[in-house]
Amino acid sequence: MGKVKKLDKHTENFKKYRFLLSELVRKNIKLQYRDSMLGMFWTFLQPLLTTIVLVFVFNNVFGRSSKGVGNYTVYLLIGRLLYTFFTQSTKRAMRSIRSNSSMIKKVYVPKYIYPFSQVLSTFLTFLISLSVLVVVIAFFNITNNHPIHITWRIVYCIIPILILFVLSLGVGMFLATVCVFFRDMENLYDVITTLLFYATPIVYSMDRLNFDPNGWQLFVFKLNPLYGIIGMFRAAVIWGDDFVHYWDVKLMWYCIGCAVIALVIGMVSFYKSQDKFILHI
Amino acid sequence: MSKYAVEVDHVSMKFNINKEGVDNIKEYFIRLVKRQLHYVEFWALRDVSFKVEKGDRVGILGFNGAGKSTLLKVIAGVLKPTQGSVKVRGVVAPLLELGAGFDKNYSGRENVYLYAATMGFPREFIESKFDEIVEFAELEDFIDSPLKSYSSGMKARLGFAIATAVKPDVLILDEVLSVGDAAFRAKSQKRIESLMGEGVTVLYVSHSTGKVEELCNKAIILDHGQIIAAGESSEIGKIYQNMTVNK
Repeated sequence: MGKVKKLDKHTENFKKYRFLLSELVRKNIKLQYRDSMLGMFWTFLQPLLTTIVLVFVFNNVFGRSSKGVGNYTVYLLIGRLLYTFFTQSTKRAMRSIRSNSSMIKKVYVPKYIYPFSQVLSTFLTFLISLSVLVVVIAFFNITNNHPIHITWRIVYCIIPILILFVLSLGVGMFLATVCVFFRDMENLYDVITTLLFYATPIVYSMDRLNFDPNGWQLFVFKLNPLYGIIGMFRAAVIWGDDFVHYWDVKLMWYCIGCAVIALVIGMVSFYKSQDKFILHI
Repeated sequence: MSKYAVEVDHVSMKFNINKEGVDNIKEYFIRLVKRQLHYVEFWALRDVSFKVEKGDRVGILGFNGAGKSTLLKVIAGVLKPTQGSVKVRGVVAPLLELGAGFDKNYSGRENVYLYAATMGFPREFIESKFDEIVEFAELEDFIDSPLKSYSSGMKARLGFAIATAVKPDVLILDEVLSVGDAAFRAKSQKRIESLMGEGVTVLYVSHSTGKVEELCNKAIILDHGQIIAAGESSEIGKIYQNMTVNK
């Protein structure tokens, strides 16, 4: 009974502050490109240009990164888009409590609104930036240069997107909590995301690494939930013809588990210490 | 319905103040091992209890550091008390540090919506009140300029206009009647008085007994986090005056 009542109070509070959530999401998106000449077009242009740089560097300078991936540009673009969403949303959520400290010190607001709105706004720009992928695939298919055969399996890409959203929200809330008490986290996290970039097959293929399929190295790689999430997205988009071979069901459940655990840890740590935030910001 | 708008029940607020200012991990661990981590417990509020009836206007008097602002923050729900509880019935509009929650890259118009949303007002309400807010703040010509080009007076005027656009049930005033120039001050005082006339409960913090006696019907004196006197504002004003003289 008491629990139900508490939950009711939470939903009521959420309804009251729904307008704030949408205002914050709008603000985050609007301000990101305010005063820049190309504006929202950067959402499209930035991943495209950075992907071109990465393709050039890893395919031509270091060479052979593309072993066994077919269309390397599309392969890399998918990895980069998903990785960027994860790191950007978690980084912004991490800073959200401190950067809104003046408001938090003044008016009562349900504090989770701040990290949540950051993850949500980054998610919306991420969805817009997926249009780059459509354009790039169309380009390769029209010029018939490593064309990608799109099948109905592409609908499966919703699953990794949802898992990634939940994972980012959980990690973001956890980092926001940690960062209030331990500010060094902001700098430390930059190091962690760089490590993550190279520990996830974004710019290279797993074939390139020649791991023993039953060896411990591959096992360690798979512990990283981004490995499975990016892999699933690629299976749905690039390898629709051989989907069953590429879509790893066990790994999918592992990723779902990781995301749910991250969300629980993020929410619990946030709720337990949110009353102390104000004493530290 | 209860006749009380605000019930403060045995509220205590403790802060741990770090005495030596340990600011890096190495020092923290050295002190932890040596057991030299001394925190000074500071009780900003000690066992404060009082009730405010609906429509009452309560002045809160006290010297610097008496716990006035802490008390208002606890009532506004910003700080959670270490002990005790606070019950507030209805919408609370805190007028603390006006304009602190604005985003400087946003235009005045966008900030009105953002600020109002932060105070928990629905969108339709703000849309219906928007023109009134801008007119009251006297910012018709600048409402679409970015806030970073506003003067501090303009920001405070906008903040005041938004916060008082709604008729709150409880209004918390932390010496904000000194916003803007003389003309705007008179206007904002009038707005507050008209809100009071409509039966809004007011909590007003000030050092000035004159203002408290003028605006409030009840008053309390806080000293070192404790209530040392409470009653009619005229009596309490006299007591506070004596305290000031004898200090």
